[in-house]
Amino acid sequence: MSDNDQAHIQEHIKVYLTVFGALAVLTVVTVLASYLDVSSTEAIFLALAIATVKASLVAGYFMHLITERQTIIYILCLTFFFFLVCMFLPLITHTDHTAL
Amino acid sequence: MSSDQHHHEESFIQKYIFSVDHKTIGLQYGITSLLFLLFGFGLMMVMRWQLAYPETPVPIVGWLLGETGILLPEIYNSLGAMHGTIMIFLGVVPLAVGAFGNYMVPLQIGAPDMAFPRLNAASYWSYFIGGVIMLSSFFMPEGAARSGWTSYPPLSIFESGQTIWLIGMVFLITSSLLGSMNIIVTIVQLRAPGLSWWRLPLFVWTQFVTSFLLVLAFPPLEAAAILQLMDRVAHTSFFLPSGLVYAGATVDVAGSGSPLLWQHLFWFLAHPEVYVLILPAMGIVGEVLANNTRKPLWGYSSMVYASVFLGFMSFIVWAHHMFLTGMGTAMSAFFQTTTMIISIPSVVILTSFFISLWGGRIRFNTPMLFALSFLPMFGIGGLTGLPLGIGASDIHLHDTYYVIGHFHYVVAPGTIFALFAGIYYWFPKITGRKMSEALGKLHFWPSLIFMNGIFMPMFIQGLAGVSRRMYDGGEIYAHAQDVLQWNEFMSISAFLLGAAQVPFIINILISIFNGEKADRNPWQATTIEWSAPSPPVPHLNFEGDVEVYRGPYEYSVPDAETDFLPQTEK
Amino acid sequence: MQIPYTIEERPETGLNNSKLGIWVFLASEVMLFGGLFSAYVFLRLAAPEGDFAYWGSKLNVPLATLNTLVLISSSVTVIMSWASLKLKDFEKYKLYMGLTLLCATIFLVIKYFEYTSKFHHGYYPSSSNFMAIYFTLTGLHGLHIIGGMIVMTYFWLPAGNKLWHTDPEHFTNRIEIAGLYWHFVDLVWIFLFPILYLL
Repeated sequence: MSDNDQAHIQEHIKVYLTVFGALAVLTVVTVLASYLDVSSTEAIFLALAIATVKASLVAGYFMHLITERQTIIYILCLTFFFFLVCMFLPLITHTDHTAL
Repeated sequence: MSSDQHHHEESFIQKYIFSVDHKTIGLQYGITSLLFLLFGFGLMMVMRWQLAYPETPVPIVGWLLGETGILLPEIYNSLGAMHGTIMIFLGVVPLAVGAFGNYMVPLQIGAPDMAFPRLNAASYWSYFIGGVIMLSSFFMPEGAARSGWTSYPPLSIFESGQTIWLIGMVFLITSSLLGSMNIIVTIVQLRAPGLSWWRLPLFVWTQFVTSFLLVLAFPPLEAAAILQLMDRVAHTSFFLPSGLVYAGATVDVAGSGSPLLWQHLFWFLAHPEVYVLILPAMGIVGEVLANNTRKPLWGYSSMVYASVFLGFMSFIVWAHHMFLTGMGTAMSAFFQTTTMIISIPSVVILTSFFISLWGGRIRFNTPMLFALSFLPMFGIGGLTGLPLGIGASDIHLHDTYYVIGHFHYVVAPGTIFALFAGIYYWFPKITGRKMSEALGKLHFWPSLIFMNGIFMPMFIQGLAGVSRRMYDGGEIYAHAQDVLQWNEFMSISAFLLGAAQVPFIINILISIFNGEKADRNPWQATTIEWSAPSPPVPHLNFEGDVEVYRGPYEYSVPDAETDFLPQTEK
Repeated sequence: MQIPYTIEERPETGLNNSKLGIWVFLASEVMLFGGLFSAYVFLRLAAPEGDFAYWGSKLNVPLATLNTLVLISSSVTVIMSWASLKLKDFEKYKLYMGLTLLCATIFLVIKYFEYTSKFHHGYYPSSSNFMAIYFTLTGLHGLHIIGGMIVMTYFWLPAGNKLWHTDPEHFTNRIEIAGLYWHFVDLVWIFLFPILYLL
């Protein structure tokens, strides 16, 4: 392995540690946010927003998704679409029943 | 893997039992699933006896059913549930994806093996364990599952035998996931040099789409199976509403669950599953048609696009199985629309097949006969599905024998005929010998006639309103009286269909040892698997490096010396 | 026999087989947890007003916060173990992999105390739909932790890591794949934590 690669990995390690710090902070933030006096809709939105940011950090940096190949991105987009369809399922049932 | 391992002699167990060679695993899948198909068919014949001659002792196997030899209602329910489960999850899917996918995909893309050989073996053994669990459930004190293959709660939460069914399903799902992951990676990564996406045979394309369906649709069923297992074992109430009354008493659970949740999660898998059953069959039919009409498939690329679109759409039509659950009109309208849309790609594929026949010099050998009969049979199955996909007509037809007729036309004379075509077509590649044409025709013609003899009258009964899953076949209902006489006709057709499989079994056994010897390309076909020796080299498939120069179906190219140009020839 | 592209990348896709394989597997895992999340939403919408929040308040938030931090740490150590292999530092690899396993064990021990205290107070999966989905989701997640631990323990012990001495690149590749799975397990927890404990 050349020195260039070595330096490259060292760079990566710095990023990992930064991300770790961000994740730890966000964990504390989400716990504190749950004590805020807001409506339940706002609380759900806030908690899921923070969780999505954390998940993106893990997927993007730890799992290297931001530099990953096209093929994998396509597969994940497809999966994400069907995941949304799956999440759509309880919602349509609910609106269906309340609308009746 | 080091090179000295390459030469070492394999023991019997390594070679035939715990093999990692995709060809051995494919054969293991094939033999096991054919036996399961036969067994599942046997279960159905016992049920058909009861429907034709109610409450008379069943001949031959009656001693297994208790002292009187009469099929009892609870065992009838078990046989129904297990017939469905075995035919779908242990018969057709493992044969189409496990056996043909495993054996033919690496050969058709010029690869030495699957991408993950050991995972492949794990997939087969997981399937095997799942199968053993399902079979053993017949001998458990609780008996086999009796809530239908759809396992709708609340019935499935209270009926006996369901726990073991769920555990068996977890193994079968795991097997399918491992197998289809492997097929996806193999197709993306291991295509021979020169084999671009648009040079893939149709069969490989359909396996690719099928694998995606399995990978993405099976896990929600696994999730649902876990929830149902919790309901049965840990007494949760995921699928049980508050205040549910069972056997005269209010059920003592926390409540506020919903049986609808199961139906949603179940059909989220089970509708794509329909396309898992039909897509590989279409792929096989494409291969056989192109070869025996001696001309390229008409509309190859539109068929590929149609397959992909079919796979995609199959995820958003599931609730057309649920029109009678009290769904609102907005949702019904949505799912009706998507259902009508999904019929378009099926029609595109079927039409392309029909046009492919136009102007061909057709060779009517056994694989071709099965492939040809797939077209009208699948056509009937598909078209009879349309009234079921429309809410208004489904209200009348839902859960009648019409539904049974519809999906059996798709799967039995549809998919299974295509699988037969595949067996006759690729048998020389697998064994180095051809199957007997005479016995093949003796298998085909009675099968075709009796298949229709079984399923056509189901439409008549169903339109008259006879419900499915009834022990007495609807005897007590006034509206069924005019069509009940068909029961005996259908049952006799079923027994004769069983007899019609005897030439097939004899044919396989005789041809393995005494069939006419076949060289590497007995059908003068173009795709890559025919450039390998018959049978292919263990662990390597091809003798040398494979390179691909042309598309999959270059038959009757003008000015060419032969009427076929293999993909591997310059 | 050698399967092509086991270690080196196929030029056309830029991927090796196991990298693509693990992502397809993770896609199926997304759908597995997707099914359960959708069941969660379904039950939450169907439950009486405030029912989920009431039962959710029975859970121990400080312990779960600690567990979140433990799991995030294990995610960092597992990627550090891979980076150590990239830097050809095998001793560091063993240290970081050991730390990952330690974190995973701590996570399970804390989970064990959480479960037993629930049982102690008489809360079982059958107590309410919230408790049912709580035990199902965390239990399945726990099984994923155990599965990952089995694989990583194998790569940590001499039996599994001897490949490093014959084919370092192949071994590094395996650790990367195991790491991807482990990050996914972490990622699932990141969503489980707020929806079960905080909402």
